Amino acid sequence: MRGYLLRRAWQSLLTLVLATVVVFLGVRALPGDPALALAGEDRTPEALAAIRREYGLDQSLPVQFWRFLTNALQGDLGTSIRTGQPVSSMLRTALPVTLELSLLAIAIAVVLGVGAGVVAAVRRGRPAEWVANALALLGLSVPHFWLGLVAILYLSVATGLFPASGFVPVSESVAQNLHHLVLPAVILGTGLSAVIMRQTRSSMLDALSTDFVRTAEAKGLRPRAVIGRHALRNSLIVVVTIVGLQLGGLISGAVVTEQIFGLPGFGKLTIDAVFQRDYPVIQAVVLVTASSYIVINFAVDLLYSIIDPRVRVTGDAS
Amino acid sequence: MSVDTALTQVPASAPAEASQGSRVLRRLRRNPLAVVSFCVLTVAVVVAVFAPLLAPYAPEQTDFANTLAPPGTPGHLLGTDDLGRDVLSRIILGSRASLQVAALAVFTALVIGVPLGLVAGYFRAADSVISRLTDLLLAFPFLILAVGFAAIRGASLGNAAVAIGIAQIPGVIRVVRSDALRLKSLDFVAAAVVDGASDLWVLRRHILPNATSVVLVQATVAIPAAILGEAVLSFLGLGIQPPSPSLGTMLANAQQFAARAPWAAVLPGLAIMILALAFNVFGDSLRDALDPKANRR
Repeated sequence: MRGYLLRRAWQSLLTLVLATVVVFLGVRALPGDPALALAGEDRTPEALAAIRREYGLDQSLPVQFWRFLTNALQGDLGTSIRTGQPVSSMLRTALPVTLELSLLAIAIAVVLGVGAGVVAAVRRGRPAEWVANALALLGLSVPHFWLGLVAILYLSVATGLFPASGFVPVSESVAQNLHHLVLPAVILGTGLSAVIMRQTRSSMLDALSTDFVRTAEAKGLRPRAVIGRHALRNSLIVVVTIVGLQLGGLISGAVVTEQIFGLPGFGKLTIDAVFQRDYPVIQAVVLVTASSYIVINFAVDLLYSIIDPRVRVTGDAS
Repeated sequence: MSVDTALTQVPASAPAEASQGSRVLRRLRRNPLAVVSFCVLTVAVVVAVFAPLLAPYAPEQTDFANTLAPPGTPGHLLGTDDLGRDVLSRIILGSRASLQVAALAVFTALVIGVPLGLVAGYFRAADSVISRLTDLLLAFPFLILAVGFAAIRGASLGNAAVAIGIAQIPGVIRVVRSDALRLKSLDFVAAAVVDGASDLWVLRRHILPNATSVVLVQATVAIPAAILGEAVLSFLGLGIQPPSPSLGTMLANAQQFAARAPWAAVLPGLAIMILALAFNVFGDSLRDALDPKANRR
């Protein structure tokens, strides 16, 4: 168990370092001289040289990388070219919006996905399974940003049931906050639930055909207990992995949804930074996305070994 | 696949494959969902190939006397947009672009992912390196990759396709790797090795042909994902550039006048959904036909 966790921790750390290198080199591969972008109007050679000195752009790449790394570890991600604000404080205002949206979406997705998955597995070959399968296929095939557009068109603009765009922080009004987030969260969540449903269904089918479920049935347990306590509990192990991966992907996957609903989150920050060539922000956004994905992945592996004793013994999570 | 059938495949692999192929075809023909989705896909591909001939108007052709005409307007079956461009023509050419991007993306993902997956599954030493690379790629979600790609190389159909393809490589590597691992432990591979076959020979003649079904299924999953990916990128302005028709740019454009002309916002999305749904349904049927045991369970 300890060996397995150490190996996973080492692998995650290695991936994290590699990701940092890729981000660093990737931003430097972008066309355009950052000194020119930073200089604004004052483009005299002296001004450019001063900027290069100030930002360390005249140093060798390894030196620049070291500086980038040590600054980032201290929470200093540079200054936005566009707003002049520290990037870290921009992230601090944008991240909570995306996190709240992601957690709401995941909660909706788990409830719908696990529920539908269990129904599809238990009612195998009946109409309920057909409906659940069809809905999951639809969920996989619908472009969610389009669903968002249609929802705004028919639920916000036409009827005024939900606000079409904008965001209210929880600190100002919980009700208003939820009112703004319900629609985007439902739309994101239904998409994710399709994947969860399919996974739950197939794991449940596996679990329902195992000996321990047959034993539980044979000793006269009520079906509800057999399904809930025995089959579902074992199926959830795989579902946890999927949910973890989705959460990691949502940090950036919510980009389009945020764009459509005008939510001032991480996605909007990303898109604005890209279109305005705000290099320090792009760099920070990619770094945060990649590292959160890696960290969540590692956390899922940890969780996995806690839920499933077999992982601890054999050290194999796959 | 049981060991017995695997063994019988060694001396006469061609006929065995052929009979498996016809078995799969027979199962597909018996599944109404497979038949319907296959028909939809055939129509879509034919329409895409002959798009310029089939579209009633040139997709960029504006008609300012007929802006925001609703569906059913004579001459404009699905209506027009804010510039009077024919929605049907733009959907036809947009679908063609979607399929082009999807084909190019999945081709990219397979060309890079399949060999890497085979090598990772077959050679232990290469596995850890390739697995780290896969982890690294996964850490950069699709949109971030595509955004970076568009920023460095510019936004275009080809670049969008390559970015989507690169994002799909880890998925291909994973399934091919695990199938190669499984096949490697089977007796017919051991027999080939004992017989003195080189690693390259075993990979090409024994592992790759047997991994085809996994690759096929992965491709049918990847195509609809790529279609949705193209729509997202073009919607954000990072894919196909206007005025070239793309289902994603049509949606982005329609956002401005959606309340007055909902058809311009609804129809391109429906087209994306039908394309993706047909591929997903066919992919599911194909998986069931290739592995009926997984279905019966």
